[in-house]
Amino acid sequence: MLSVVVFLPLAVGLVLLVLPRPRDGTVAWTWVAAAALDLALVIGLWVYHPSASGSRGTVTGPLAYEERVLWIPSVGASYHVGVDGFSLPLMAMTAVLFLACAVYSLRRRGGRVRAHAVLFLFLQTVSLGLFSALDLLLFFVFFDLSIVGMYFVIAGWGHGNPARSALQFFLYTFLGSLALLLGFIGLYVASDPRTFDMVELAGQTPLEGRGPAGGLVLLAIGVGLAVKTPTVPFHTWLPPAHTDAPAVGSVILAGVLLKMGTYGFVRIAMPILPGAWSDHAMVLVVVGVASVLYGALVALAQTDFKRMVAYTSVNHMGYIILGLGAAGLATGAQSGAAALAITGGITQMVSHGLLTGALFLLAGVLHDRADTYDMGSYGGLAARAPRFAALAAVAFFGSLGLPGLSGFIAEFQIFAGSLGPVPVATALALLGILVTAALFLRALRRLFLGGPGPCTDRVGDLSARESAAIAPLLALAVLIGLLPHFLLGRVEPAARALAALVTG
Amino acid sequence: MTASLWALVGLPAMVGAVLLVSGRRADPVAAPCAVAAAGLALAAAGVAAVSRPSVSVPMLAGIPAGLAVDGLSAVAVLTVAAVATAVLLFASAEMGADQARGRFFGLMLLFTAAMLVTVTATDLFTLLAAWEVMGALSYALIGYWWGEASRVRSATLAFVTTRAGDLGLYLAAGAALAGGAGALQLSGLAALDGGWRDAAVAGVVVAALGKSAQLPFSFWLSHAMAGPTPVSALLHSATMVAAGGYLLVRIEPALAATAWAGPVLVWAGAATALLLGAVAFHQSDLKQLLAASTCSQLGFVVMAAGAGSVGGGMLQFTAHAAAKSLLFLCAGVWLAARGTQELDGLRGAARRRPLAGAAFTVGALAVAGLPPLPLWTAKDEVLAAVLHLGPAPYAVGLAASAVGAAYAARALAAVWSPVPAEEGGASPEGSEQRPPPSEALPLAALAAATVGLGVLVLPAAARWWRALLGAAGGPQPPAWEMAVSGLLAAVVLAATWWMCARGRAEAASGRRWAGGWLGLETAADTLVVRPVAALAQALAAFDDRVLARGVRACADGVTRTADLARSRGETGADEAVRAVASGARTLAAWALRPQTGLLHQYYVQAVVALVVLAAVVVLMR
Repeated sequence: MLSVVVFLPLAVGLVLLVLPRPRDGTVAWTWVAAAALDLALVIGLWVYHPSASGSRGTVTGPLAYEERVLWIPSVGASYHVGVDGFSLPLMAMTAVLFLACAVYSLRRRGGRVRAHAVLFLFLQTVSLGLFSALDLLLFFVFFDLSIVGMYFVIAGWGHGNPARSALQFFLYTFLGSLALLLGFIGLYVASDPRTFDMVELAGQTPLEGRGPAGGLVLLAIGVGLAVKTPTVPFHTWLPPAHTDAPAVGSVILAGVLLKMGTYGFVRIAMPILPGAWSDHAMVLVVVGVASVLYGALVALAQTDFKRMVAYTSVNHMGYIILGLGAAGLATGAQSGAAALAITGGITQMVSHGLLTGALFLLAGVLHDRADTYDMGSYGGLAARAPRFAALAAVAFFGSLGLPGLSGFIAEFQIFAGSLGPVPVATALALLGILVTAALFLRALRRLFLGGPGPCTDRVGDLSARESAAIAPLLALAVLIGLLPHFLLGRVEPAARALAALVTG
Repeated sequence: MTASLWALVGLPAMVGAVLLVSGRRADPVAAPCAVAAAGLALAAAGVAAVSRPSVSVPMLAGIPAGLAVDGLSAVAVLTVAAVATAVLLFASAEMGADQARGRFFGLMLLFTAAMLVTVTATDLFTLLAAWEVMGALSYALIGYWWGEASRVRSATLAFVTTRAGDLGLYLAAGAALAGGAGALQLSGLAALDGGWRDAAVAGVVVAALGKSAQLPFSFWLSHAMAGPTPVSALLHSATMVAAGGYLLVRIEPALAATAWAGPVLVWAGAATALLLGAVAFHQSDLKQLLAASTCSQLGFVVMAAGAGSVGGGMLQFTAHAAAKSLLFLCAGVWLAARGTQELDGLRGAARRRPLAGAAFTVGALAVAGLPPLPLWTAKDEVLAAVLHLGPAPYAVGLAASAVGAAYAARALAAVWSPVPAEEGGASPEGSEQRPPPSEALPLAALAAATVGLGVLVLPAAARWWRALLGAAGGPQPPAWEMAVSGLLAAVVLAATWWMCARGRAEAASGRRWAGGWLGLETAADTLVVRPVAALAQALAAFDDRVLARGVRACADGVTRTADLARSRGETGADEAVRAVASGARTLAAWALRPQTGLLHQYYVQAVVALVVLAAVVVLMR
């Protein structure tokens, strides 16, 4: 069942490839249908997920829909997939975002519609596979394939200087993945019996109490994931990649690919290296706070809307790193707070996916109309495009962490959970939400309010297609903001188990 | 009776959300829907005040979201719902068909709902959520006329400033969790462990001072006047700014549990009451005067919380809400009629519009602290509690109430002064024109409420009030003290009115400093905004020129190394291989030389070789 969910998009993509000269409309609607079907299947996984009483207890809570087939017997690598409380929300978010991209891409202008659709279907399989992978090698393969896929998206459909940005993106994150591979090999070598299986490794915790070896392996894995996340100072590939990527590419890049980094921390680094994680959590906390403040301040100085959103991603990912680091520093008595911080981190991954997805689609709308992201060129858009302005306002307020939207649920949990273990760092990180409030309100004023700017009259309101892609993302953000329990109920058991492990 | 609580917060929220989403399509029905929703919420507040319901829904792990109505919040929900109903009714006449009424009334209702949740919240999560939503909605309301960039800038400033204070609540939530109040209950703050209690209380205090526009945050309230008048009437009376004072009164046990919070709040409140009172006195714009007066009056609520006077603080909260919304609505009437809110331009306004004039007079006299109006009682009760902390804050508080009488007199003198001669008898506003009921009714009701609350000076009523709030005991002002303060208010009021009527108050010193809100905004701009902006620019430049370029330099370095390898390494290796080849060729040529094909030469070679071999053997032995 799980494999069907993962490989359905790829299968549809292959079918599209072998069709002799399909019409553009057929391709676009097939893509939408495939994404919708996959989302329906993920919802099915969600509904029937035995979150409370799992089939088999593992260290991070019950695991469901497990499948395991031996893949490379000589090194003990297998095709092992399964779903727990961490992966389920991310898979759902991934399916939602890919559907939004499919809808947004209906009636694309220009040729190569089939290649575009197939590439995204491929990326969807890769992303879903990564979030369900339970084997380090499998994880790594999906991790690298995501980089390859995104390289072609940016290089093939970007604007500005796409070839250069795509190459930088590819080389930088690929280098990061090599560090990750080094760490994985370190884990493999230390394990006994030798294996790449995450569940077995989490049971063995092979480098526990082995001195500097655990720290070095964590360093390798940490750097690899930090590049992907990205955290300061490894973030410089992100702004150019976003600025030059097509709107839907940015959505997947920010919404899904960045989460592969933070998800890796939760899935691999924390359960397999809990001791090393606790020992070096302060580094994570510092990196997290630096990302929060640095990302927010640099975003404040931007005049290019898309670049600004890109930097706020650095800020938002920083909160996650802070929360995960703080969980590592929590004492046994604070394990409730640690679980809250971890839950907040996962919620932030989902929330950021939805909100930033919406923001990048809105940026794409702006670029489609007037070919520029420069905020000074607009103004007073609310009069010409009220629906556009209303959706943007919701997305902006969600991103600045307004209660009633998903960002607040995430950030509140991270702050409340982190303050006990790391009070000073958390107090500093709080300033981040003040700066993001200032920068989003300023962007709102520059783009939508006040008098018109030179490009304002070129911007019409959202079409039905654009609204249909963007509005559901924001509706989900509101749903999580008002009734978070349906999401938190899935995450909390896994977060509690993980918190017990790293605070233990 | 939890239904009453759900109706209380749910009705305005639902109707407001529907109006907001419907946009301009809802314009024709927005006003009646909003008034009806607010009226029903008022009825629900009445039921809830009697039945005292409480609800709790699961929210985060171990942190349910709770709402409850106790004595304190019963007073608050009735005040909020009543003022909101009056203001919305007034606004239904004020906001004409040319305005986006769906958006306006939707936002107002949502805002009211957020305030109602704020005052009924039992835990920090719910409180913080409603508190921040209220802030964001105030942004939308202040920036309601978004076409003008200056109004949007004012709204942004108000939101960012109050959010700076809100960070305190995030801090408080984390401290409460760390200190042992797992469900973040407000009632658990007093019992937190050690330093966490101080941190939590400090966070709440900062948030409350920010929201209530106390020093040093006061300047945002001046900008909050950029919205429509009904917005000011709601924001600056019963909601938003009042929330800070209310929260402090609610967590009074926790404040009392720390040694420092009481004195800090008393001094912060006293300083705000006095200094912002002076600011109010020096305003030339009626709405700005009222705004500064709001800070000043709420200073007494803050003082009450610090001094532990729950009864006095809540009376100040409620009476100020009624009086101040009344004053703002009157200002709105005149603004609509004359198109100005400058005091000079409002000369004789009260004579033209007798109803508004009478209502304004009631509100202003109440704010002046004139007996037997309720703010007189409230201030004396607060000051009696403050006296226990020493004579100095008491003296400042008394001076602040005298200043209150002074600015009230200044406003009254302006609106009651004779109509300027040039306007003549035939004025366009027409004093004979009867005000519409939607304008008259709220003014009359709020004026009646302002006067009626004066009944709480009676000992029996005062006892009931304190029992309602669960604040039995506490110091009561002696009769002579009340007489003195009442007399002081009356004398200052009369004297200032007399001076203003003769045009002598204009020469008051310190006009620029106080008139400009103590330079607080300039200070915030210089000390915070500009440095942060400069830091942001510097970091952005660092990001582009150092970090990004550094990464690119690394990549370029690899390319250059590759070039070097090609130009030097590759040719070098090639040449080495060639050298080996030519060396081999040379050697081969040499090796060919002995191959002559002549037998005798081969013999010679063999002999030479043997001799050499023999020599080697001999020598090596």
